[in-house]
Amino acid sequence: MAVSDISPIEQVLEPSPRALLRRRIFGHAGLVIGAFVLISIVLMALLAPYIAPHDPLDQVLDRKLIPPIWFDSDKATWTFPLGTDHFGRDYLSRLIWGARISLMIGVSAMLISGVIGTTIGVLAGYFGGRVDMVANFIITTRLSMPVVLVALAVVSMVGSSLTVVIWVLGLLIWDRFAVVMRSATMQVRNLDFVASAQALGCSTARIVLTEILPNVSNHLIVVATIEMAHAILLEAALSFLGLGVQPPEPSWGLMISEAKGLMFFDAWLIAIPGTALFLLVLSINLLGDGLRDVTAPEGRN
Amino acid sequence: MLPYVLKRLAVAILVAITVSLITFSMIYLSGDPAVALAGETATEADIENIRRYYGYDRPIMVQYLDWLYRAVQGDFGQSHYLKKPVAEVIFERLPTTMLLGFCALVFALTLSIPLGVLAAIRPNSMIDRVALTIAVVGQAMPSFWFALIMMLWLGIYWRLLPITGTDSWANFVMPSIALGYYITPAVMRLTRAGMLEVLSTDYIRTARAKGLRPMTVLFKHALRNAIIPVVSLAAVQFGFMLGGSIVIETIFAINGLGFLAWESIQRADLPMMQAIVLVLSIFYIVLTFLADMLNAWLDPRIRVA
Amino acid sequence: MVERILEVESLSVDIPVPSGMLHPVQDLSFHVDRGETLAIVGESGCGKSLTSLALMDLLPSRAKRRASKLTLEGQDLTGLSERQMSDLRGNRMSMVFQEPMTSLNPAYTIGDQLIEALRRHRGVTVSEARDRAVWLLEKVGITAARGRLRQYPHQLSGGLRQRVMIAMALMCGPDLIIADEPTTALDVTIQAQILHLLADLQREFQTGLILITHDLGVVARVADRVAVMYAGQFVEQGTALQIFQAPTHPYTQGLLDCIPIPGKTARGARLGSIPGIVPSLVGRMPGCHFAERCRYVTDACRAGDVALRDATEPGHRYRCVLSPEESAVHNKMETAQ
Repeated sequence: MAVSDISPIEQVLEPSPRALLRRRIFGHAGLVIGAFVLISIVLMALLAPYIAPHDPLDQVLDRKLIPPIWFDSDKATWTFPLGTDHFGRDYLSRLIWGARISLMIGVSAMLISGVIGTTIGVLAGYFGGRVDMVANFIITTRLSMPVVLVALAVVSMVGSSLTVVIWVLGLLIWDRFAVVMRSATMQVRNLDFVASAQALGCSTARIVLTEILPNVSNHLIVVATIEMAHAILLEAALSFLGLGVQPPEPSWGLMISEAKGLMFFDAWLIAIPGTALFLLVLSINLLGDGLRDVTAPEGRN
Repeated sequence: MLPYVLKRLAVAILVAITVSLITFSMIYLSGDPAVALAGETATEADIENIRRYYGYDRPIMVQYLDWLYRAVQGDFGQSHYLKKPVAEVIFERLPTTMLLGFCALVFALTLSIPLGVLAAIRPNSMIDRVALTIAVVGQAMPSFWFALIMMLWLGIYWRLLPITGTDSWANFVMPSIALGYYITPAVMRLTRAGMLEVLSTDYIRTARAKGLRPMTVLFKHALRNAIIPVVSLAAVQFGFMLGGSIVIETIFAINGLGFLAWESIQRADLPMMQAIVLVLSIFYIVLTFLADMLNAWLDPRIRVA
Repeated sequence: MVERILEVESLSVDIPVPSGMLHPVQDLSFHVDRGETLAIVGESGCGKSLTSLALMDLLPSRAKRRASKLTLEGQDLTGLSERQMSDLRGNRMSMVFQEPMTSLNPAYTIGDQLIEALRRHRGVTVSEARDRAVWLLEKVGITAARGRLRQYPHQLSGGLRQRVMIAMALMCGPDLIIADEPTTALDVTIQAQILHLLADLQREFQTGLILITHDLGVVARVADRVAVMYAGQFVEQGTALQIFQAPTHPYTQGLLDCIPIPGKTARGARLGSIPGIVPSLVGRMPGCHFAERCRYVTDACRAGDVALRDATEPGHRYRCVLSPEESAVHNKMETAQ
């Protein structure tokens, strides 16, 4: 599109060349960094059996509480680059295997909540009327209940395991999917190509699948990243409180919980898994933000 | 405005009833509550006695209605563990959580609204990037980890603040920051987006053309309009914060509702758990209703039809 | 002795954009006297709105304004700080914008918005300001004025809101009012009323009025003098009579062809149109800006910058290589068809 096609007023309202450059760098940097870090963590998780130097569950009390190698101490050794915990378990291996847990929960809970929320949202947005009213009521009800508390209560009663945590989270965090998909569907549904598909007599299911969904997929992806990060943080909190993944599994949240009594002297025990959580969630968020900026470049943040 | 109020009220009541239904049925998740209460060494006769004593042998609908009827009057039954009325314990601990939540909200708003406004005045500048970085970091950091790190640095290494208990105002500083930081990113982003949008409207152009002072334009005209959605969001986020206070309270050993919830979950004190979930949910429903009302009142287009 | 309110010489606006430097306003010179209306006419995108913003110094921060002379009642506006400018805005020079539906803050009553400029600039009490607001509302033709003060913008129609905007512009008794397309967003039936209102008020308060519009019909009704703008430049300037009776620039002639004139345009005759679109205003633009769309374009038109020259009557100037006589011949040919 030639510059002359935009009226001077519009040209004036676009950001200055310097600001545009700054935004482009930041936008793309976020996307690239996020993707890079996330992919690294995913690879680390997938290759855990091959790259973890020790068995993460292996307890050898003789070698407990060895500090990581950047500490100036005789005990620090390259055998245990990130040190060992109070049971003598290698922290690096536990970190690597812990990535599996976080990612598995993040992806699974995101998928479950995504299916539930998207279904509710798209149906509400497409049919409107009473379907919309019912959907809104369900969403409002879900929003009124405190997620962490309900999750804790349910897990405590049903029993805590990876599967339970995944399902409980999946059944609780679908609200944003529903809200966003609903408004995205409402925007798309009034466009011409939907009307022509209806005029052609296409079945509702077909219209939704072939016309609506592809056009709301960019919103879907952004929300998916948000909820994946959300699920990971929730699992960490649950495990921290003792009602998520159970010991001796190396969930990062659980690792922090186990170390909190010792953190005054051996702070790395909480610093390392905390940093890992932070980096994982940050990379997912950066990826999501970057994707959103790329698919909707109007500068809205 | 009245039809608006009534409609919202009707929805709020319906949601409250649904939530109560869900909360009530929660205790059946672990199977037969009588069995859970009786413990492992109980005999069939013991279980039967417990069932009859607590009324678990009645039809579910009757149990629910009875429970609801009593709950509405403030009677949530007895805590199995503490041997005290649940309501009494809850209302004993509620003020502490409310205070914590309030302090956290104040912290969050004091940080996020000015930052959002500043970022909007100078979009794509350094301050804008700093504000966004704070938001991005805040969203990625687990609140319990942030709390522990603060405890370590401010409480232990530098000895600036006490780390547990609720003896003085200083005890509330770190927990408020940890809890408030949770909602800061969302509020800041919304303030920024709202201000950006408002600052480019025609009526702001008119205000400038009238020669009004920049501060007047910014606060009287721009922020007044931009703040409307932020009010709703802040109310919603406050509700989330209260739910999330369980983590912060357990870390800092603050004797509030969150800590109580944690304890009752540990002790499988079912009536207490139920009651806490219900109380927090109702509180959240009331909060969003009030936020809706405030929202409507702030926007003359709704208030004066 | 006619008092000169606004004197502008060589006003330009430059804006850096990704593809280079944009020149939406180039070298404009004009003046406005007390009690007279200057109409600036042109199509969308010709730069007329930016001109008004440039006068008020309300341009976006990246835009740069240049002028060899820019005075308001003799006071130089070019070197003023933002604070000094804001003292003048709404006070001695005020603006009426195009969109009455969105130009008022929905969160405050119109009374509040009317009095705030007066209180800011003159420090009068609230009740004094309210009295003046009521007086002005009645002047702009709004009934039950005192009650209206408590109303919110959304409770008023577009026409009423525009009257409020006009009253607001008059609150501090300005010497100059700039009205940027004040009737464009209104119903046709209301347009005439608002224009008459502006003309009446201007006569009564003896302010200078700059009326920016793309509608020649509007110009014919109220303008004393006219400046025709195209692609950032004035292509013709003169009194309203001169412009309508002896349009000398091909663009002006083309514009007049586009509107039916009672008495002149034959029944069933085709209205003219000017093919093409406004050229890009980025970078240097040698030659006549209208060359691409002009019927009578010659090589001389593209050779170099075309300066303003005098037409047959004094005060009537235009920017074309054709002589007034050649241009008159073309004009007769057009209207004969």
